[in-house]
Amino acid sequence: MISTSQYLWLGMVLFTIGAIGVVTRRNVIIILMSIELILNAVNINLVAFSRLFGDVSGQVFAIFIITDAAAEAAIGLGIIIAFFRNRETVLADEMDLLKW
Amino acid sequence: MLDQIVFYFFAALAVVSAILVVTRRNVVQSAIFLITALLATAGIFLQLHAEFLFIVQVILYAGGIMVLFVFVIMLINMDVSLHQLQFNRQWWLGLLLALVVGAELTIAIAIGRSHTAFGEPAPASALEPSTQLVGKVLFNEYMLPFEIASILLLVAMIGAVVMAKKKI
Repeated sequence: MISTSQYLWLGMVLFTIGAIGVVTRRNVIIILMSIELILNAVNINLVAFSRLFGDVSGQVFAIFIITDAAAEAAIGLGIIIAFFRNRETVLADEMDLLKW
Repeated sequence: MLDQIVFYFFAALAVVSAILVVTRRNVVQSAIFLITALLATAGIFLQLHAEFLFIVQVILYAGGIMVLFVFVIMLINMDVSLHQLQFNRQWWLGLLLALVVGAELTIAIAIGRSHTAFGEPAPASALEPSTQLVGKVLFNEYMLPFEIASILLLVAMIGAVVMAKKKI
């Protein structure tokens, strides 16, 4: 029998790896992929608690998070394409149009 | 015993591919490893008796969202950024802060484990039949959030079309 805390550890490790990817990489597409990793870690936690309490609400919330991830990927990648067309770069630290 | 082996197999697969996603230089390789990580997560869902989420994860995440990612990678010319620095100038500060967040979560789980003792999970029959239960709860208790999610998807669709226009 696998205890719930094992799933929580797995979620914690995946969340931390995703956070490291978001704050250290320069490529915007990889930053978006790291955000997907973070959302996945949250989903693991929700489903693990749904199993622990025998309540299906956690799985419903995981479905909402997946919906959110789909919308976010569509919009984010659209912004990246629009930006690449104007500035010919995908690097996060060269996106400084709003900087003073 | 067997479920321990299955759990550690999928967990190790997810963690190793996640590390490769954030460290690979080539974006296409990152995308492939992200697919592996998502499929390993799908295996974890299956082990947790969440069959519907397993299917959604495979079809929507590994099938839909990743196709979108690979599409955009093909549209964008990555040859220039391939030979540039991959990590930003203050990567050590970011790494430190992310590790601090990880340490915080570790402490939270450790304290929570010693105080509440997660205990035995509910019997697997409490979530059977999983897909039917998810449908019932989704369309009764969570009807309004479901409708709001549909509006969110509509807005995302319109937004993606507007973003892809030649002249914004």
